Amino acid sequence: MKKFKENLPGHIFLLLALSSISALALITGFIVVRGAPIITDVGLKDFAFGMSWAPSLEEYGIFPMIIGTVAVSLGAALIGVPIGICCSIFLSEFAPPFITAIFRPAIQLLAGIPSVVYGFWGLIFIVPFIRDYLGGPGLSILAASIILAIMILPTVISISEVSLLALPKQYKEGALALGLTHWQTIRIVMLPAAKSGIVAAVILGIGRAIGETMAVIMIVGNAVAMPESILDPVRTLTTNIGIEMGYATGVHQEALFATGIVLFIVIMILNATAQYIVSSGKQARGKERQKS
Amino acid sequence: MEENIKIEIKDFSFLYHKKQVIHNLNLKIHKNEITSFFGPANGGVTTLLRSLNRLFELNHDTHTKGDILIDGKSIFDPDSSVTELRRKVGMVFEIPAPLPISIFDNVAYGPRLKKKKSKSEINDVVEQALKQAALWDDVKDRLKAPAMSLSGGQQQRLCIARVLALQPEVIMLDRACSGLDPISTAKIEESLFQLKEEFTIVIAPHNVQQAIRISDRAAFMLMGHLIEAGTSDEVFGSPKDQRTNDYITGRFG
Ligand SMILES: Nc1ncnc2c1ncn2[C@@H]1O[C@H](COP(=O)(O)OP(=O)(O)OP(=O)(O)O)[C@@H](O)[C@H]1O
Ligand SMILES: [Mg+2]
Repeated sequence: MKKFKENLPGHIFLLLALSSISALALITGFIVVRGAPIITDVGLKDFAFGMSWAPSLEEYGIFPMIIGTVAVSLGAALIGVPIGICCSIFLSEFAPPFITAIFRPAIQLLAGIPSVVYGFWGLIFIVPFIRDYLGGPGLSILAASIILAIMILPTVISISEVSLLALPKQYKEGALALGLTHWQTIRIVMLPAAKSGIVAAVILGIGRAIGETMAVIMIVGNAVAMPESILDPVRTLTTNIGIEMGYATGVHQEALFATGIVLFIVIMILNATAQYIVSSGKQARGKERQKS
Repeated sequence: MEENIKIEIKDFSFLYHKKQVIHNLNLKIHKNEITSFFGPANGGVTTLLRSLNRLFELNHDTHTKGDILIDGKSIFDPDSSVTELRRKVGMVFEIPAPLPISIFDNVAYGPRLKKKKSKSEINDVVEQALKQAALWDDVKDRLKAPAMSLSGGQQQRLCIARVLALQPEVIMLDRACSGLDPISTAKIEESLFQLKEEFTIVIAPHNVQQAIRISDRAAFMLMGHLIEAGTSDEVFGSPKDQRTNDYITGRFG
C-alpha cells in the first residue's frame, strides 16, 4: 500500500500519457477503418495513380492531387528553405543583439498567425499580382508555394538557428584562430557541423507545408487536373478533403478517408526521417563530448 | 630594436565592458624561446593570449589601450589583416575541439584554404605537422578515422598539429595540457622543445612545475598586473617580488 502511494504520481502521469497516445491510436484506427475498404475495392494502383477524380462517376484517382501536393510543397521548400536558412545564419552569427531581440519574437509571431489570414492575404495580394504580371488565373501552384514558404519560415528558422547556436563554441573559435574568415568558418565548419539539425528543420518545414489546408484552399484554385506550369491551379490532398468532406457520403466519404491515409503515411515518413536525422546527429556529438 | 624580439607588448590595457582586466602591461617576447605567463586564476592570461591574435574581437564591448607589435608592426594597424595575423599567431585552447571530421581533414582544412595547393603538397604538410606534434606514429595508419576516436591527449596534439600545418610564426598554448595525463603532457612538452627551434612559443602552463620545466622566460601575472618577468632562472630561481616567491613556493593567499 505504501509502495502504491509512493508511486501514485507515476501512475497518474502514465494514465495521462496513455490518453494522448490513445487519441493518436483512435484517430489512426478510425481513418484506416474508414478509408481502407475503398483502397482494396478500387485497388491501390488505381487509387494512387488514377488520373480522374469524379465521385459522381465513382472515379477515385488521386494522382493529380499527389502531384499537386508535391508541386506546392516543393515550391514552398525551394522558396522558403534558402530564405529560412539564411535568416537563421543571420540571426545566430551576424545580427547585433538588438536586432535579434526584435527578429526572434517577430518570427514566433509569424507562426501564430491563423492560416486563414495567410490565405486571405494571399488572395488579396499574391493572386492578383500573379494574374496581372505573370498570367494564368492567379490561383496557382506559385501562389500557394509563396504563401506556404512564408508559413514554413518560423519552423525552418527556429530549428536551424537552435542547431547552429548549440554547436560547441570551440568549433568557431578554433576555426577563427586558424585564420579562417567569419564566412569561411560558417561555411566550412559550422554549417556542416549543424547539418543534421538543419536537415531536420527543412523536413519539418516541408511536413508543415504538406499538411496545411485552409490557406491553400483559398489560393491554389482547387482544379482536379494535371498542372502544366506553376501558374496553373491544382488541388492538393489536404484541400481535397477540406473541400469535399462537408457533403461527401458513402463511398465518396471513404475515398476522402483514404486520401487521409495517404497523407498520413507521407507525413509519418517525413517526421520519422527528421527524428532519425536529429538523433543520429545528437549521437555523433554525444560521442565527442564523452571523449573530450 | 634587439634582433631577437618577436612580440613587443607596449603599455597594453584591456577592458571587458568597463572592467579593466589587464593593466598597462609592458613585455618583450623573444624568438625561439618558450615564454610562459603564469599566476593564479583570473590573472588575465587567457585575455592576453586572445589579444595577441585579436580573438577577443569576438566578444562584444571590449576595449584595448596601448599596442602590441609583432616584428615591429602593430597588430592593430587598420591596414593589417586579422586573418593573416591569426595564421601567423596560432592558438591551441584549453579544451581540444577537433572538428567532427577525419584526423587528416582536421589538419588539412586550414592549409587547403591558404593557397591553391596540390594534393601531394597537402599530404606533405599534414604529415610534417603531425610529426612535429608527436602524433604521427599514433595515427599514421588511420588518418581517415574520425578525430573523435582519439584520446584526449591525442586530440590536443591534433589541435597543435592543425596550428602547425598553417606554418605559423608564433604558437600560443593556453593551458593546453590541463586535462592530460603525465605521459601525454611529457610528449607535448617534448615537441614544444623541438618546435621552439623554429617558432616563438607563448604558453599558459597549467601549473608552476610545468612553467619551471619548460620556460626560457616567465612572466608572473596577478589580477591583470604583470608582477615580474625575466628569464626562467631569474623568476623561479631568485624572484624579486615577494608575491612571486609566495606563489611559486605554494604559499599564496
Ligand atoms: N567574456 C568576458 N566578459 C567579461 N569578463 C571576462 C570575460 N572573460 C574573462 N573575463 C574576466 O577577465 C579576467 C581575466 O580573465 P582571464 O580568463 O583572462 O584570466 P586567466 O588568467 O586566463 O584565468 P584562468 O587562470 O582562470 O584561466 C577575469 O576577472 C574574468 O572574470
Ligand atoms: Mg585562462
